[in-house]
Amino acid sequence: MQRAAGLVRRGRCLQAAGPWSRSQSSVAAEASAVLKVRPERSPRERILTLESMNPQVKAVEYAVRGPIVLKAGEIELELQRGIKKPFTEVIRANIGDAHAMGQQPITFLRQVMALCTYPDLLDSPSFPEDAKKRARRILQACGGNSLGAYSASQGVSCIREDVAAYITRRDGGVPADPDNIYLTTGASDGISTILKILVSGGGKSRTGVMIPIPQYPLYSAVISELDAIQVNYYLDEDNCWALNVNELRRAVREAKNHCDPKVLCIINPGNPTGQVQSRKCIEDVIHFAWEEKLFLMADEVYQDNVYSPDCRFHSFKKVLYEMGPEYSNNVELASFHSTSKGYMGECGYRGGYMEVINLHPEIKGQLVKLLSVRLCPPVSGQAAMDILVKPPVPGEESFQQFSREKESVLGNLAKKAKLTEDLFNQVPGIHCNPLQGAMYAFPRIFIPDKAVEAAQVHKMAPDMFYCMKLLEETGICVVPGSGFGQREGTYHFRMTILPPVEKLKTVLQKVKDFHMKFLEKYA
Amino acid sequence: MAVRTGDQGQAAMNGLTEKVLTLDTMNQCVRRVEYAVRGPIVVRALELEQELRQGMKKPFTEVIRANIGDAQAMGQKPITFMRQVLALCVDPELLSSPHFPEDAKRRAKRILQACGGHSLGAYTISSGIPMIREDVARYIERRDGGIPSDPNNIFLSTGASDAIVTVLKLLVAGEGRTRTGVLIPIPQYPLYSATVAELDAVQVNYYLDEERAWALDVGELRRALHQARDRCRPRALCVINPGNPTGQVQTRECIEAVIRFAFEERLFLLADEVYQDNVYAEGSQFHSFKKVLTEMGPPYATQQELASFHSTSKGYMGECGFRGGYVEVVNLDPEVQKQMLKLMSVRLCPPVSGQALLDVVVSPPEPSDPSSAQFQAEKQAVLAELAAKAKLTEQVFNEAPGIRCNPVQGAMYSFPRMELPPRAVQRAQELGVAPDMFFCMRLLEETGICVVPGSGFGQREGTYHFRMTILPPMEKLRPLLEKLSQFHAKFTREYS
Repeated sequence: MQRAAGLVRRGRCLQAAGPWSRSQSSVAAEASAVLKVRPERSPRERILTLESMNPQVKAVEYAVRGPIVLKAGEIELELQRGIKKPFTEVIRANIGDAHAMGQQPITFLRQVMALCTYPDLLDSPSFPEDAKKRARRILQACGGNSLGAYSASQGVSCIREDVAAYITRRDGGVPADPDNIYLTTGASDGISTILKILVSGGGKSRTGVMIPIPQYPLYSAVISELDAIQVNYYLDEDNCWALNVNELRRAVREAKNHCDPKVLCIINPGNPTGQVQSRKCIEDVIHFAWEEKLFLMADEVYQDNVYSPDCRFHSFKKVLYEMGPEYSNNVELASFHSTSKGYMGECGYRGGYMEVINLHPEIKGQLVKLLSVRLCPPVSGQAAMDILVKPPVPGEESFQQFSREKESVLGNLAKKAKLTEDLFNQVPGIHCNPLQGAMYAFPRIFIPDKAVEAAQVHKMAPDMFYCMKLLEETGICVVPGSGFGQREGTYHFRMTILPPVEKLKTVLQKVKDFHMKFLEKYA
Repeated sequence: MAVRTGDQGQAAMNGLTEKVLTLDTMNQCVRRVEYAVRGPIVVRALELEQELRQGMKKPFTEVIRANIGDAQAMGQKPITFMRQVLALCVDPELLSSPHFPEDAKRRAKRILQACGGHSLGAYTISSGIPMIREDVARYIERRDGGIPSDPNNIFLSTGASDAIVTVLKLLVAGEGRTRTGVLIPIPQYPLYSATVAELDAVQVNYYLDEERAWALDVGELRRALHQARDRCRPRALCVINPGNPTGQVQTRECIEAVIRFAFEERLFLLADEVYQDNVYAEGSQFHSFKKVLTEMGPPYATQQELASFHSTSKGYMGECGFRGGYVEVVNLDPEVQKQMLKLMSVRLCPPVSGQALLDVVVSPPEPSDPSSAQFQAEKQAVLAELAAKAKLTEQVFNEAPGIRCNPVQGAMYSFPRMELPPRAVQRAQELGVAPDMFFCMRLLEETGICVVPGSGFGQREGTYHFRMTILPPMEKLRPLLEKLSQFHAKFTREYS
């Protein structure tokens, strides 16, 4: 069998009439005969090639898992095979994946999920009553009382109610309607779906989507895939990556020449930039969106990751509401959240939701229809979201441990944010804006002209060249700023703050040492 | 400001400020998308359920959701071993519990070791955990009698639907008359038509032969293809085997003929095989496209581009909610394969709990493992019950005058053909609905039974069908089938 299979792999006719099939040789003989009849037939061109494939998909880029990460994977394999390197492990500081870097899941969440997964455990004394109560409530809302049934396409009803209650509490009583809540397969799914519905028109009236530079490259990737028009607005690096409405105005004015700008995307807290926008800024943005008739998309997945004591998270929904009916009855808004970040870090469960405000009822119908084709988001992710929005409260059995774990994670992240910012700012040729929130540092690096030239020779962006060298010499994998966008002539990289504190210190030291050497080499 | 089309005037008249996003300004491809399995009839079913809960009196006490292939929603139990392994992965504290068998613990440890930070909560590689992809490859090899499968050609996905959409996305290109055409069976599972609409590709219908138990006839493929060449560039051929909604299991000869046809006509083959474990009829056997392709030898084996799909949602597992699935690609251009991975990477990775579940599906307990006996017993019980329900369904429907049901050889549905009196057809037309939708709506309102009209899947002009799952609990199934048949008789009398 193996030999025959080997023959197949090498593209030759099966000659052997092995024990596994006499019909093989007759079939093979027939195939062989066909070949004889058409002797000119050489291996032909494939149907699906780079040239013939969907050009929009070809244009898609996603740096967070792009070339540098592929290279990191190769290096890891080499290490596994025993090849000697100047380091013993690859540090994956490219992606906001907390568990992968050692952060522990929240106990209560995993208890409830385990109970939902294997309800026999409801009889086990090893689980607290409050976890069991949650699990029963979730299961009762599932078809066949099982996580294995499809849910409604919009998500399990009682979970959407819990999400609405969470939003209402978070926003100081500003009401949220469960009917406006859609559970999704991670926030990315919701973002992608809303953009899909929005993109229309052709030529000069093709939909323009305003995105921050630097941005999280899901946005540019989806815009490419949908063949929409990307409209960049620059965050102000000299002012802690602040969002300046004048810059928004500049961008939209220029865009109107070649597209129909319809959408304004904001990431707050910012990714990769980590800034937490002020309330005034958010009001200005809402006013701008109202004036220019833009659909607002507020990516708020880092809403629980705010570290700077001078900063506070203000949800777009809340600010919109508080600006009064002219805004709150009219501005179309979609806000996104996720189980992947915050203090839970449950990336692998693909839990998320979006809250939509002021959408036309017919559009909501279209939205559910579109979601229904994919049936439903993973129900385990929906369950994880339920815990996120309805954690243990004081008085409940699990509250103290939950509280401790949550504070520990967030305290740790805040510490690492400060550590990272401070250490980077001690390095000549590196400048790091304050990490007010999220999970990343996005320092600006000075790359000497000689290095820029060397990068050009290698046909790479200068910061990609830098990051590749960093990876090859230290094993540290970060993502070049060119993957997120940056002002022309500036260079950055995005590094997560997720490695454990001691390791983070080592990593930062290594980056510093590398940087000094790099500056020297290309002086 | 660039001029936008729209019913802004109407909106203003309605008292709504003109919205940015309306039916007229939205993505028109998305507007054309339809998905009957969760379409208008299901929306109405939900309303009726709500009304029942509120205490409204109805001619029935419960709504029977026989519209969707969701086994656990209809009472099928999950396989114990699968949920044990998964629970251990979710909460590794349980690894020290005496209440879990050793083999489940071993599996869980193995999976966790392959996860970032040993947690289901970390992202995985975008094509799925390599170890699980290797297990999938081994499963395929066992299934296909030793024909090798390369884990690098396996991509895990968020249900099979996700992978099907990804592959179709890659294929769609061109404009106007060179726009990609996608051949799909009629009747089809409407994910295909929905995706073709969304991607603005060209749908090319080929009709399955109802007179011959929904057989796939290459002559019909040829007809469809040649007609399509005038208006598009046909590049993909989708086959669902076992069939949905039709339940036929294609013969090996048929599959060979399809492969030969695809090769001759330069069509990328998509083989939707999610029901490969659901084969009931004696004399029917599942033949994977991959296996047949390979056994046909070159040039087919070495050059025919193929993508085969599988899922954790069907079979004997019925784990729909976990969204587990995979695609195996064969003979793809390596550069295109990289593009596929790139596209998947934007969404990071499929749900890891679904990946873990898939791992147990493709590596069930060995005969010597402690959990093997119970696992096999549960599996066989589910499959036997499905087979019995398939038979019963076919039998009861065929007893009803005016209803004719092809053998339910596999999958999870019956797709009977029903006669509708001309007056009913006329009434439906007056109401602006498809005649079989009219029938199904009335059926729902009067009996609480929710099935999906054949028009949602496609059917030959002038014929009417509905798709009903075979999944309701055994004790309820016969009464339901009879109730439906009786309703059909009543309906026929009413409109005669």
